[in-house]
Amino acid sequence: MRIKSPKDFWAGLMFIAFGMTAMVIALMNYQFGTAVRMGPGYFPTVLGGILVALGVFVLFESLVIEGPKIADFHLRPLLLITVGLLAYGYLMQPLGLMLSTALMVFISAVGGHEFKWKEVTVLSVVLITFSVLVFVKGLTLPFPIWPAFME
Amino acid sequence: MEILDNLLLGFSVAISPINLLYCLIGVLLGTLIGVLPGVGPLATIAMLLPITFNLNPVAALIMLAGIYYGAQYGGSTTAILVNIPGESSSVVTCLDGYQMARQGRAGPALAVAALSSFFAGCVATLLIAFAAPPLAEVALKFGPAEYFSLMVLGLVAAVVLAHGSLIKAIGMVILGLLMGLAGTDVNSGVLRFTFDVPELSDGIGFVVVAMGMFGTAEIVANLEHKGTREVFTGKVKHLFPTKDDLKRSWAPVLRGTALGSFLGILPGGGALLSSFAAYTVEKKISKHPEQFGKGAIEGVAAPEAANNAGAQTSFIPMLTLGIPGNGVMALMIGALMIQGIAPGPQVMTEKPELFWGLIASMWVGNLLLVVLNLPMIGIWIKLLTVPYRLLYPAILVFMAVGVFSLSNNAFDVLIMAIFGILGYVCIKLECEPAPMILGFILGPLMEENLRRAMLLARGDATVFFTKPISAGFMFAAILLLVLIALPAMRKKREEAFVEG
Repeated sequence: MRIKSPKDFWAGLMFIAFGMTAMVIALMNYQFGTAVRMGPGYFPTVLGGILVALGVFVLFESLVIEGPKIADFHLRPLLLITVGLLAYGYLMQPLGLMLSTALMVFISAVGGHEFKWKEVTVLSVVLITFSVLVFVKGLTLPFPIWPAFME
Repeated sequence: MEILDNLLLGFSVAISPINLLYCLIGVLLGTLIGVLPGVGPLATIAMLLPITFNLNPVAALIMLAGIYYGAQYGGSTTAILVNIPGESSSVVTCLDGYQMARQGRAGPALAVAALSSFFAGCVATLLIAFAAPPLAEVALKFGPAEYFSLMVLGLVAAVVLAHGSLIKAIGMVILGLLMGLAGTDVNSGVLRFTFDVPELSDGIGFVVVAMGMFGTAEIVANLEHKGTREVFTGKVKHLFPTKDDLKRSWAPVLRGTALGSFLGILPGGGALLSSFAAYTVEKKISKHPEQFGKGAIEGVAAPEAANNAGAQTSFIPMLTLGIPGNGVMALMIGALMIQGIAPGPQVMTEKPELFWGLIASMWVGNLLLVVLNLPMIGIWIKLLTVPYRLLYPAILVFMAVGVFSLSNNAFDVLIMAIFGILGYVCIKLECEPAPMILGFILGPLMEENLRRAMLLARGDATVFFTKPISAGFMFAAILLLVLIALPAMRKKREEAFVEG
């Protein structure tokens, strides 16, 4: 057995995984009900079933019909952008808007092709100033500006 | 003439100083993000959603609408001058617009793009004014069966119009529907797919999903290639098109407007689809198809008219039925709900100043765009020289602020990051995110209407085919699916996307 179309193969698997999960969770935990009085499990079970069926179809097709390879995954930008966002979200309360913005800008900038200390520093200063003036002062979003230990 | 009175009311609302100001802010912001590749109207509107909480509903909607159609104007500037679509809906404008710029005719290309957009905007505004009231009247008679069938038709249309594999697009719709169900079930109060996470009891926020799938995933995808841009800055001289340009443009503009207006109304339609379709049609019926791709002005005029018309008429199903045809309209509904207004056919009668004010503001906004944009092109060009490595951290900051401010909670940022990863995987596996987003929006609505319809019909599923309006939608959906499944049509569809 050879995978002829890797994109479809993995897409099929993804559909099956999501569909199965939905079906199993719905069948085990939520009341199914009847067609007249649908329980909370009815719609998700049906949808999950359809998704599994579609997944199996795509998977089967990928073994028969030739398709293009999957382009390379670029883990570096994906990882750094994700980490940057999470740093911003989870460090907002302890560190405040200024530091968490700077952190996110630096982390995500490392994910690009070129990283220039000077440029990124200027960029983060500009973005911090903008955030404080527009979002906190102008639009009165309730973000802490300074780190919690300095308040 | 009732419609005249209504339009008069609309204009009196739209040109009040405060609304005019928000209209101006909206269209300028729209042009700005339209010019910048990688920032779309969806992410921008999502970012601004929490802010509109402090505005009055009319001003909020006028501004958000301005961003959407303003982006169509801005997107063409980048397409013509840099050969990168500033907006996904101006992808086809690159083909001939950029060639015109290389031949030193960037000015006429920009002018024709702006003027055809303006013309299409005017027509679409009138169309909404005339088509919306009767549609809303019909919609008042809709029961749950009709709503369910209409949504089925919308989802089928979204699938047919997506790129690539049909089956995968259907899979993405279903996946979206499932994800939309997460949260508290309104009928039974049961928590579904929340995995004991309290933050999930209200479901996954649409804004968060859209920002992840379109925003973060796109940034990562953009960072893959080291692109350098060649900007035709010095070449924008004489703006005005020649007589010959105008003569060649008017018919494509008319056809593009008609096509765009029609496709915009369809659920799942909107600016993107309209521009692709218009380009394909022009190339098919042109006497000189060989000129396309080499700087044919028709290839700029028709898609630019179509995308603006489509962007505007996609407001029709949202305003009259309360059903969002695309992601931007889903955000508009979100904006209405933030203001405590339930979207649906009753908005027109209960809030005439909102309804007609919004429509009139679209015409005003289009006028502002033409008057302001042509002289301001120099500024937009300057913006284009900002490299992406400076742009994407800024976009991230805006997205993070927008998402974090939804509930002042890091959890939403986490969900956005997760959907960013899922979105990136989907790009790699050629699974289109757009059908998934539509499914996500419609998931809870569909389930609710399905339940009610079945309850009313005592479990008889044939109800969807025995009620005339509902049956009409269902047959249209089946017809679309059958047509697309036929081998001959399937080939045509693939060709259309390849050509586009």
